[in-house]
Amino acid sequence: MNANLAAGILLQFLELIAALVLAPLLSGWVNQCRALLQNRSAPPLMLPYRQIAKLFEKEVVLAGNASSLFRAAPYIIFACMALASLIVPTLSTDLPFAAAADAIALVGIFALARVFIALAGMDVGTSFGSLGARREMLIGFLAEPALLMVFFTTSLISQSTSLAIIVETLGHREFAIYPSLAFAGVAFTMVSLAENARVPVDNPTTHLELTMIHEAMILEYSGRHLALIEWAASLKLYAYSCIGLALFFPWGIPQGVGIETLLIAMPALLFKLAVGGVILALIETLSAKMRIFRAPEFLGTAFLLAVLAMLVHLLLEAGK
Amino acid sequence: MNAASPYFGQIINLLAAILLLLSFAMLSQRRILSLIDLFMAQGAVLCASTAVVAYATGQNHLYVSAGITLLLKVMLLPWILHRLIRRLNVKWDVETLINIPTTMLIGIVLVIFAFNLALPISQLAGTITRSTLGIAMAAVLLAFLMMITRSKAVPQVIGFLSMENGLFFAATSATYGMPMVVELGIALDVLVGMVILGVFFFQIREQFDSLDIRHLEQLKDD
Repeated sequence: MNANLAAGILLQFLELIAALVLAPLLSGWVNQCRALLQNRSAPPLMLPYRQIAKLFEKEVVLAGNASSLFRAAPYIIFACMALASLIVPTLSTDLPFAAAADAIALVGIFALARVFIALAGMDVGTSFGSLGARREMLIGFLAEPALLMVFFTTSLISQSTSLAIIVETLGHREFAIYPSLAFAGVAFTMVSLAENARVPVDNPTTHLELTMIHEAMILEYSGRHLALIEWAASLKLYAYSCIGLALFFPWGIPQGVGIETLLIAMPALLFKLAVGGVILALIETLSAKMRIFRAPEFLGTAFLLAVLAMLVHLLLEAGK
Repeated sequence: MNAASPYFGQIINLLAAILLLLSFAMLSQRRILSLIDLFMAQGAVLCASTAVVAYATGQNHLYVSAGITLLLKVMLLPWILHRLIRRLNVKWDVETLINIPTTMLIGIVLVIFAFNLALPISQLAGTITRSTLGIAMAAVLLAFLMMITRSKAVPQVIGFLSMENGLFFAATSATYGMPMVVELGIALDVLVGMVILGVFFFQIREQFDSLDIRHLEQLKDD
């Protein structure tokens, strides 16, 4: 029992390290795929690591009227994202920490990070910062209910809101087709595009004042603060990808604890993330950036799809 | 046959869900060309689900229905529609009477209504497809909503055709399809209706210089 617990905790830390190491790699991979799809010469895969390392060495320049909240926010955001990637089962469903926070708490952690990045954006008092913060809160308050509805649909299927149990039920039960998951999957994809500042809603590479959301909030950051925020952004993308993989493609996440299960889980995770990155790059290449006022419609559609997923579940699958 | 039926039932359920998804996509679509593509996809899903029901239940006449669906709704009607809008030169955005998020909200209410309406009926039915009856009715109602909220003639006709898709799906899910004569008759009706409406488009445009059917509400020129 004790040995099992120790192994579980070890696995949990392994998962954290995997998240910290793989997250910039995933961002680099998506950027590379995007560049290749758009006929540009691709940036090196390791570029995000080098960028983070470079930023850590640079000096921090703070605005004269920056409060302590401005300095604390990067650490809080980074901690939130690291915690989120701890809760999502990626390498095993037998995680000792997973019992502490379920899917709803996970949404809460994302919300906490969002509130702090928005507050930090407004803290210095530049017009861009508050513009970005307001837009971020607009996107956030529309995306959150949709994300919750997606989680509720999967919770209805597996009778639990704990992510580990959801993944266990979906991945290790006998094969069955859930039409509601198709709806929930589309809704989740739309929500994660919006939450990660991806193309139809926001462009992660732009610095045009009319269109930027995420970049506008972090304009005032520099040095190690900026490094932490960039790292947290890629951790968020990683966490969202892992939630998507865990909910809709849970095969390959083993239940037990052990070296041999890791040998299966790790390549499976890498493969799924690589495919997911290609799909994300494809979506970003094929779609055009929306006007900011179209974003509520986009996210409203995501919410309605998630509601439909629940309804379809109740109609088609509840009786069984 | 019944041993494998859980999987067939699940595949039919999945196709039904995709049908509903496409109905919502049509409801929210602004561009006519994409609307026709979605209608084509809906026809393809309908054809696939009819074929699966035919295979799962051994009702051979359903294969013929699936074939008619494929010919008519996936190939012929989209082709006619594409030709029509090329001739009429109406590729621009469709304007809706109510804005799209509101339309979608009404759509959700309609879906809940249809599901509740279908629940007692589907409990009585003994077919493999009984649980999809609610979705079929929802598809009919959503197509109806689309006809109501669009002001231009072409999207209204697509809504009408999509309503026929929903009715066809309802017939398949409730009673394994209608008698062959009825099905052939409906197929012919839809085709002839499409041709007549095509002529109508030109007449409307000639008369009013636009395809906005709100002009038809006036009885005489002022």
